[in-house]
Amino acid sequence: MKFTEDHEWLRAEGDLFVVGVTEYAAEQLGDVVFVELPEEGRTVKKDEEIVVIESVKVASDIKAPLDGTIVAVNEKLADAPAFVNEDPLGDGWFFKLRVDDPSAVEAFMDEDAYKAMIA
Amino acid sequence: MPELERTPLYDLHAELGAKFVPFAGYEMPVQYRLGVMKEHLHTRTKAGLFDVSHMGQVILRGDDAAAQLEMLVPASIVGLKEGRQRYGLFTNEAGGIEDDLMIAHRGDHLFLVVNAARKQADIAHMKRHLGCSVEPVDNRALLALQGPAAEAVLAAIAPAAADMRFMDVIVTDTDHGELWISRSGYTGEDGFEISVSEDGAEALARALVADDRVEPIGLGARDSLRLEAGLCLYGNDIDAATSPVEAGLEWAIQKVRRTDGERTGGFPGADRILAELENGADRRRVGLLPEGRAPMREGTQLFETEEAAGPVGHVTSGAFGPSVGRPVSMGYVPTGLARTGTRLFGEVRGKRLPVTIADMPFRPSTYKR
Repeated sequence: MKFTEDHEWLRAEGDLFVVGVTEYAAEQLGDVVFVELPEEGRTVKKDEEIVVIESVKVASDIKAPLDGTIVAVNEKLADAPAFVNEDPLGDGWFFKLRVDDPSAVEAFMDEDAYKAMIA
Repeated sequence: MPELERTPLYDLHAELGAKFVPFAGYEMPVQYRLGVMKEHLHTRTKAGLFDVSHMGQVILRGDDAAAQLEMLVPASIVGLKEGRQRYGLFTNEAGGIEDDLMIAHRGDHLFLVVNAARKQADIAHMKRHLGCSVEPVDNRALLALQGPAAEAVLAAIAPAAADMRFMDVIVTDTDHGELWISRSGYTGEDGFEISVSEDGAEALARALVADDRVEPIGLGARDSLRLEAGLCLYGNDIDAATSPVEAGLEWAIQKVRRTDGERTGGFPGADRILAELENGADRRRVGLLPEGRAPMREGTQLFETEEAAGPVGHVTSGAFGPSVGRPVSMGYVPTGLARTGTRLFGEVRGKRLPVTIADMPFRPSTYKR
């Protein structure tokens, strides 16, 4: 699993990457009450804001970690946005991305480096 | 940036795991370990303890203090009975609202609680215009204990609290010194506000949170609780440009102060406010229920149709309502559109989403009348 400086994680699943936010980010966000997901099939550019997370207090954006295409989104979040808080690394995932250049993922932090960043 | 003030309970908040935010010049707890959602629900099912020491406490003394205060507030103060409290508004010459406040009749004086951000202005305003003595109370903290278990919890410390009804006020001696208690609050729940000496505040707060039914609650849940209760936040839902009638606060202007009343008018902006009481205002504060789960927050523009060019109103407060399980908002619309059930559109991130005008409170209040 790889981590971005924006507290997102990417997990390889076949030739796709599943993307979510870290436990640390979920904690910082507070109770999530609504998640607006991108449409399947949408092509995205790195750093484009593609997910809106509304917590009890604020709205935050999640950026596309890399250039690619959204091939699936976690529909369960529509009815159960609290998955983001309860299981950010599992059921709280946001979307699956077909990355244009998979080797670019290697530039992100591994778990130790991420833990050092938030320490 | 000026240094933020701290309340006498700052160290206790930190010990209880508070996250702090700057609020009205104070460093205040926004949430504790439970988080906003659970704090909100805990207050509605058991009891929540809020530190509201940042708010202003003021005593007005003098034989004619009540009559004097009626020069600044459209409520009936002369008619307020001893041992009772009433909600009031400081109005301005334009008929707008300078602050909202609680006013208690405590025998030989009136006791006022005003908003933190407005307290210096309110005190200066009263000193300028009132002939009675205006005494800021600087050596007392203020706690709010809210929720269905509040009575049982507080009665263990101050037994007299159990006999109080909504908007009663008492002064009672306890192990924590003299407590000034009102049966009121700003969450829609039964509960109490408790003024305690600065020195006794921490011990009282510790005694209250030592009860299993009580959790400390931050400003985050305080805001969602008062929004579900349909209560105005000064600076958001009411301000110097909003009249009491626009805000739907006619109930804070008793009949004796209205046209043909015994003590009609005599408060700032009376011309406009009395006329609006007779004829209505052009716009109106309403409750709003967005369809779907996306909250419509403060500043969201409201449109009559999906295609309409210009907005007809805007949201002044909006959040997810944990007790009603859906987003709730309040805002202003033209009076002609203010009927319950009217469908409008709120623009959220460039998209027009349907929203319906709804009765408030969003969740029925549980005051012990």
